[in-house]
Parts: sequence; structure tokens; C-alpha cells
Amino acid sequence: MARTLNTMLKWRELSVIVVAVVLAVYFQIANANFLLSNASLQNLSQFIAPVALIACGEVVLMIGGEIDLSAGMVYALTPFLMYFLTRAGLPAPLAIVGALAGAAAVGAVNGMVTVLLQVPSFVTTLGMLFLLNGLTLTLSGGTPVGVDAGPTLAFIMGRGGYAEFVWAALIVLVMHFMLRNTRWGLHTIAAGANPTGASEAGIRTRELKMVNFVISGALAGLTGILEAFRISSIDPTAGGTHIMFLAVAAAVIGGTPLAGGSGTIAGAMIGAMVLGILNDGFTLIGINAFTFDLILGGAILVAMLCNILISRYRRRMAVS
Amino acid sequence: MTHTPIAGLRATQMTYAALDGAEQIAVTDLLRAEDIVKTFGPVTALNGVSLRLRRGEILGILGDNGAGKSTLMKILTGYQPQTSGKLYIDGAETVLRSVDHARALGIECVYQDLALANSLSVYHNIFLNREILYPGFHILNNRAMRREAIRCLEEIGVYIPSVDAEVGALSGGQRQAIAIARAVHARARILLLDEPLAAMGAREAALIIDLILRLKAEGNMSIIMIMHNYAQTLDIADRIMLMQRGQVTYESDARSTSVPELMTIVRREYQHFQLHKESA
Ligand SMILES: Nc1ncnc2c1ncn2[C@@H]1O[C@H](COP(=O)(O)OP(=O)(O)O)[C@@H](O)[C@H]1O
Ligand SMILES: [Mg+2]
Repeated sequence: MARTLNTMLKWRELSVIVVAVVLAVYFQIANANFLLSNASLQNLSQFIAPVALIACGEVVLMIGGEIDLSAGMVYALTPFLMYFLTRAGLPAPLAIVGALAGAAAVGAVNGMVTVLLQVPSFVTTLGMLFLLNGLTLTLSGGTPVGVDAGPTLAFIMGRGGYAEFVWAALIVLVMHFMLRNTRWGLHTIAAGANPTGASEAGIRTRELKMVNFVISGALAGLTGILEAFRISSIDPTAGGTHIMFLAVAAAVIGGTPLAGGSGTIAGAMIGAMVLGILNDGFTLIGINAFTFDLILGGAILVAMLCNILISRYRRRMAVS
Repeated sequence: MTHTPIAGLRATQMTYAALDGAEQIAVTDLLRAEDIVKTFGPVTALNGVSLRLRRGEILGILGDNGAGKSTLMKILTGYQPQTSGKLYIDGAETVLRSVDHARALGIECVYQDLALANSLSVYHNIFLNREILYPGFHILNNRAMRREAIRCLEEIGVYIPSVDAEVGALSGGQRQAIAIARAVHARARILLLDEPLAAMGAREAALIIDLILRLKAEGNMSIIMIMHNYAQTLDIADRIMLMQRGQVTYESDARSTSVPELMTIVRREYQHFQLHKESA
């Protein structure tokens, strides 16, 4: 018993997995089409993928006590960058790379302003959010445009039914591994848990933080491009604050505290799954969007409370 | 016996000269700081501090809060540069460029805040910023670090229930021991300890003192420790230095001074300062 408890505490993702499974079973019972129909499953995967991808970047920042509120706007802008680069004559793969570089550059600006000018990232990225939204709307004239690329490239980049989910799963795996098993990951957590201490130990915490903003920007940009390919259209009002807040919620539900110091990518992925299951499940049952937000809000609050209680409990267990 | 602080300082300096001769000092002084000044904007944290650390000795630094002790430590570790003044390591003038640079020269510090990451394991903390990696990929070799951490803690005789435990869950003494283990494992020649006994129970303090004395006895380490407790310091240290308001106001062999004498000096300095302030 004590051992089971210990394992559960060690893998903080486990409690979220339990929640996800319970929800899935519930909706499966309530509506037999929920998981077992391919269309429904694909729908679910398409909800989860973008949330999980953006959440990867948010987790990395949240560990350091930062946040990227502009992620959803980077998501909206990046496909337009790709579009304009293609129009300027660049082949599609190069246009994608160029657009991603643009997204990374936005992250770099977020990081530099936050770190060098010591502006809280909440403020920096809030400003960036409005700035990018205006930029996207201006560049696009407020109207959607099409995506032109060869069918194979389009398929890989999101047109294929599960393509985006495959991207998300791969990136989550890689990021999860990196956060746990590389120097970068260890230093990110150390710098989040004790910024002064980490720099006293010789870790270049400022550079590290800037790199992490770049990662967040690039991931948000990639998500935007994948979504554009999936729906074959680039919409200036896509993404936005909604997807960003879903990503932050996924991170929090998955076990990353907003106060920083620790965090888990796999947890955020499962958090995204929980949100997806809630969203699709209630849609299938026929609950309206208002009720969904009500339940989502409750779920986030409960998840955060659990987080605090569990980490307190872990501390106590570890001492004895 | 009473003497003015300044006279005391001169006396010790003269003793050095008489004992060792000028060339001798250059050899035996592992670390020397000369006339270090450090300002933070309008605040002068260090106002011309000189110190020398001889091979194999423990130098105890005493002083009130805000005297500049931690600031001095952070200059000696390359964490922050001095505004002016010179450092000599092994007799050679040295400009410390970074913490890594100081570490490469064998200078390790256990900071007042311990520089531990609470959410990381004991072994990750011991190897923080000096991780054992698989070649090429910056991928952590956790198994090797675990093994080494266990060995290192055993070697310095510190018992920690599990090296997998999160450091945040451990006691003050255990955390201090882990921070010291980190420095020892790095094969420090010069170990700087900033208030190693602060916020610690008597039993834990005794364990840490024991550890420090054992490290000294092994003979590879010279130690500067910042302390609060006068009696404890006179017990452990070979020499003591008193810092007040960014200056060294007294320096002596630990054996040739006493707690009452130190108290007298501190009080006199304080009154002297008050007078100055009033007349100014
Ligand atoms: N980074 C800093 N910025 C501004 N002032 C500082 C900084 N570090 C130290 N000080 C100031 O320098 C003085 C000495 O501080 P410190 O070295 O921590 O003293 P001690 O360790 O002896 O208690 C204090 O007045 C402190 O406020
Ligand atoms: Mg101090």
C-alpha cells in the first residue's frame, strides 16, 4: 500500500492519468460513439494536438516562473509568414522554415525584453499578444487565405488525419525526455527552483531563460502551421488567447505549478487529453459551450488544489 | 590586554613579516585579496578589504549583518567582479571571469543560501552544473551521478537516507552537508563557507563542524568560513578576521584572542562609528 502510494507520488502524472481514464470511461458509457468511432477519435486527437504542442513551451517557461501569453498570436501569425514567403517565391519547405524562424524570433524578443529589461513576462508577452494580433490582422487584411503546397508535404504537415497528433506526440516525447535527461532540462528546473542558487552554481540562467522563450515561440509557430495545413486555410483569427489559455490549463492540470520550480511535459500532454475528453465528451452528450467553460474552470481549480496538496504530501512523505 | 583595532591589525601584519619573510608569504598564501572595493550603485559594500589565506588553515570571518562578508565571498568565487582591488591565487594576480573559472582554479563556495534546487534530487544537486554526461549529447548519466554521490557522501561521512530524495524535503543540516559535499567532490583547494551553521540545531551544527575539521585534517583544503558565533569560531578557526561596515577592523590568531576581547573591539568600533556620525 505504502509502496503503491509512493509510486503514485513519484509519478505525479499518474493522478491525471486516472482522471483522464475515468472521464473517458464515463463518456464511453454515456455515448457509445465516443472512443470507438474513428471520426470521433480523430476529432479528439485534433483537439489535443495543438493544445499539447503549445503546452510544451508553456511548461518549460512556467518552470522558470514565466509564461508566454503571446503563444496563441504567434500561432496565428506564423502561417501568414509562411504564406508571404511562398508568395515571394520560396519553395514551401523553405517558407515553413523561414516562418518558424520568425516565430522563434518573436520568442527571442519576448525573452530579451523579459530577461534584459527585467520586465515580468506576464507584461512582456501581454504586450506582444496585442502587437502580434494587430500585425496579423493588418498583414492579412482580416481575410483568410489558402495554403499552397504539394500534397505530400501538406499531408505530413497536418492534412493527414492524425498527422498533427503524430507531430505532437513526437515532440512531447522528445521534450519530456530532454527536460528529464539533459543538462538543459536539469538547469531549467534548477534555475526555476532557485534562480540565485542556480547562478551561484555557475548556471547561465539568463541565457537559459531566453532560449526557453525561443522554444515556446517556435512551438507555437509550428502549431499554427500544422493547423493551417490541417484545415487548408490560414485564418487571421485562428488560435488567439483561447488556445493559449487551454495550453496553460493543460500544463496546470498536468501538474506544473504556476509558481514554477518544477513541471512535467508528459503531464501537460495528459492535461490536454483531459481537456479534449471533456470538450468532445460534452459535445457528444449535447452540453452547450457555456456549460463546458463552467466545467473546465472547475476542473482547473480542482487540479491546482490537488497539485498543491499532493506536493505538500510528497514533502512530508519524503522526510519520514 | 587591550589594543585599538587598527593597532591589532598592524601587529598581525608585522607578525607575518617577522615569521615568514616577504618571499615566504608569496609561497604560503594560497589566496590573497588586496584592497578590495565593491559598490552597488550608492552602496559601498566593501571598502578596501585585504585578506590572506594560508595553505591548510581555517580562516574565520566574523561580523554583523551587512558588514560585506557575503559580498566578499561572491567576489572570491567569481560570481561578481570587484569594483577595484586585486586577487592573487598561488601568488599570481588573477582576474576571476566567472564561477566556472574560479571553480577551475579550485575555489568552491557553499553560499549562505546553499544554492540548492529544492525540486531536484540529492545527487542532481551535488552534480549541479558539473553533471556527468554521456559523451556527445549533453544527456545526463544519472546512474553514474547516483553512484558517485553515494560514494562522495560516504567518503565525507554524511548520512542521507536516499540520494533520490528531493532536497527540499531534507533538514537544514542535511542540506548544508549536501552543499559541502558538492564542493568537496569538486576537489576544492579553497573552500568558502558562508554561515555554514546558520539556522541549525546544536546537534546538526556539531556534525557540520566535525565534517569541516575532518576536511581540514585531510590537509588538501584551505577554508574560509563566515560565522556568527564567536566562541564556535575561536574553537574551529586558526585565524579570525572581524569585518564591520565593509572593512576589516581586526585580525588575529584564534589562540591569542578571546570572546570578551572581540566583544570589546566590536563595541568600541561601534561607538567610534556613532561618534563619527554625530560629528559629521
Ligand atoms: N546585489 C546587491 N545589490 C545591492 N546591494 C547589495 C547587493 N549585495 C549586497 N548588497 C549590500 O551590501 C552590503 C553587504 O551585504 P552582505 O555582503 O550580504 O553582508 P553580510 O553577508 O556581511 O551580512 C549590504 O548593505 C547589502 O545590502
Ligand atoms: Mg551574508
